Parts: sequence; structure tokens; C-alpha cells
Amino acid sequence: MEPLEQIIARVEKAVPGVRLELVVNNSPSGQHSILIDVAGALEVAKFLRDDALLRFDYASNVTGVDWPDTVSKKIVKVKQVVEGVEKEVDQTIEEKKPGYLEAVYHLYSMELKHGPLILRMRTGNRAEQVQLPSLTPVWRGCEFQEREIFDLYGIQFEGHPDLRRILMWDEFKDFPMRKDYVEPDDYEYEPTAHDEVLEKTKRHRAQEASAT
Amino acid sequence: MIDPELRSELKKQGVFTTSFEELYNWGRKNSIWPLGFGLACCAIEMIATSMARWDLARFGAEVFRPSPRQADLMIVAGTVTKKMAPQVVRLYNQMPEPKYVIAMGACAISGGPFKQGYNVLKGIDRYIPVDVHIPGCPPRPEALLHAFMTLQQKIDGQALTGPERPRHLVSEMPSEFPVPQFGEHDLEPPSNPAVWRPPLAAKA
Repeated sequence: MEPLEQIIARVEKAVPGVRLELVVNNSPSGQHSILIDVAGALEVAKFLRDDALLRFDYASNVTGVDWPDTVSKKIVKVKQVVEGVEKEVDQTIEEKKPGYLEAVYHLYSMELKHGPLILRMRTGNRAEQVQLPSLTPVWRGCEFQEREIFDLYGIQFEGHPDLRRILMWDEFKDFPMRKDYVEPDDYEYEPTAHDEVLEKTKRHRAQEASAT
Repeated sequence: MIDPELRSELKKQGVFTTSFEELYNWGRKNSIWPLGFGLACCAIEMIATSMARWDLARFGAEVFRPSPRQADLMIVAGTVTKKMAPQVVRLYNQMPEPKYVIAMGACAISGGPFKQGYNVLKGIDRYIPVDVHIPGCPPRPEALLHAFMTLQQKIDGQALTGPERPRHLVSEMPSEFPVPQFGEHDLEPPSNPAVWRPPLAAKA
């Protein structure tokens, strides 16, 4: 397989107006991936499938990632005039980064026997801009896996032929794999509670005691 | 009731005496027909139990019925997901009385390794009355045979009349149990308080 930089350059040349970004993985595995922008995703996918040197004909795995909103604190030295004297004062600046949901595709080529190529797509935020283009029209095998991501993370795949919940029931409203999922409080009986479960059990009993 | 000493004396003389209750329970306990359904890996052990090596036929229970209308026993073999729980309760409701339930394996009795998950029921005994619980992940076929023998003992000891008679002979007791509904966050209700109450010891 050609290097990712080269693939990115060729895709950007072949699909006008599309912008790809290399997401570097610094861990020992070094599995770098390509972040594609939502608008041209379908065209990029078609190119990756049909290009003679790439021929990614098999999407082996599609999964979701939840990146919650983060607040990072930075301490900045600011010059201020205090009581007529200029001093350097520490000031903390809170930087809020909105979270997003991510769909990750692992592509292989059966024909040329190479891969994986890892594609990422990110939603605008975690609340209402959760639409991503479905790649099921390009790789049919994505159908159930995109349904699973929809079920567990709440990403809306536009252009998906049959976007319904697949694991949970249709009446279910939550997205259980999101980091801020609140599970139902059914800790009334935990015979061997420890660690996290023990905490939840204690909380449940405190609530029960205050209710009665 | 016949005096047991007289009865054993008669037996030595070649006269066999019995009561209708004994005869009835003897017939019932030796022809427990299970409902043929499995939910996860425990079902493989259940199938193994019914095959030649463990030979469930010795207990008269090899006829796994494909219809709940013909079954006496429900072996809940495997993980009961919250999505599957209403169907399990519905199948139980469709079985004719007298009916019994064996909860086989860690998942069926408590949720097992998936207990803290969002999609697994913490034991089928929250919705239907369970007669025998088998721990294990999965339990060996011997454990299922032991559960069968435990159930046979239970059936053998059931009186047909009097205050100790089993649930299915008391007309006020329910033979059907409410099927849980799919809610927005969990099953509704999360358990049937008429069947299951959190054990008191755990609260102390």
C-alpha cells in the first residue's frame, strides 16, 4: 500500500474541493488514519474503492468513538498594573473544546491484499449536529455496523437504507455507549458489590432510605 | 394414609399399595418435558446433557418440545437480554400448569458477567418464579442433571391438597405473569415485585 500522504494527495487531486487530514497515532502500533470531511466523504469512499492502485473493496470494521466536551485550563502570565506597580500576575484561562462523535472505518483490499486503511469522520457536536454520510452505498457490509453505531452512539447516517436500532429495542431513547450515558438504577441487590458497583449500591440504598 | 410399616410388610408379601398423590407425582416427575429453547452458550451444555453421554432420557426428560403448550419445564439456558425478557415471560405464560423453571447458569440467575451492562436482565427470577437455580458459567451437564433431580424431589414432595399444595392448585394464585414492556430507558417495570423482592440480607 502506498504511504498515506501519497493517498491523501491523490484523493485531493481526484476529488475536487475535498480536504483530508492525516491523524497521527503516536503509539507503538503507529496506525495512522485519515480524517475526511463530511461533504465529500462519499466521493472519497468511491475513489478509494475504485482506484486501480488502492481497490479497497472490503470494509472489515466500522465503529464509533465518543469524544466528550473537554475543558482545559491554561495558566498565562499577564502584566497588570497593581497599586501603581506593574506586576506579572498568573491568570487561568478556561478553554472549552466541544466534543464530537466519530465513526471509524477499517478498509482492506481483498484484490490487492493490502490494508488496513483507517478512515475517520467527525460530527459537528454531540447534541444536534450528529449527521454523517452513510458509506453503505459504497460498502454494503457497513449496513449493520452503521446501524449499531446509530443505536449505541446516536450518529445519524444520511443515505443509509434502513437506519433503525439493531441491539436495543425501538422504544429505547438513550445511547448506551456515550460517556455521559446514565444507566437505570437497578442496584437494589448486589451480593458481592465492590469498587464502582459498591459505590452505586451505596448511593441506591441512601436514596431508598431517604425515600422511606 | 396407610401406615408405612404395614405398607412395607405388605410389600414383602407381594402386595403393592400406593396413594393417588404418590402415583400422580411419580408419573409427573418422570416425564418432565422441557421446552426446547436456549439463549446462549448454556444451551450447548443443555443439548450435551440431552445427548448420549449424559443421557437425559434416563430421567424421562429427553423430549424437548418445540411448543410451550406441550412443555412442563422451561430451562432458561443463557443470558437473558432485556430485549429478550418479554418473550421469555410470554413463553412461560403460554405453558400449561403445572410448570416449572430451571434458571441455568450465572447469566440466567443474576446476569452473570454481563450484570453491570445496559442490556442484560439481572436474573430471570425478576419476572417469573424459578424453582431451581444452577450456578456456573456454563454449568456442567452434571449440574443440570443435579438440578433435574432436585426438581424431581420437589415434584415428588408436592401435596395435592391442603395448605401446602403448590401454586398451580391454588385458584387465587396467578398462572400468568405480567409481560414487561419496552420503556424509554429500561424495561417497565424493572422487576415484578410479586415474584421478586431484593433479599433482606443484602440490605443489612
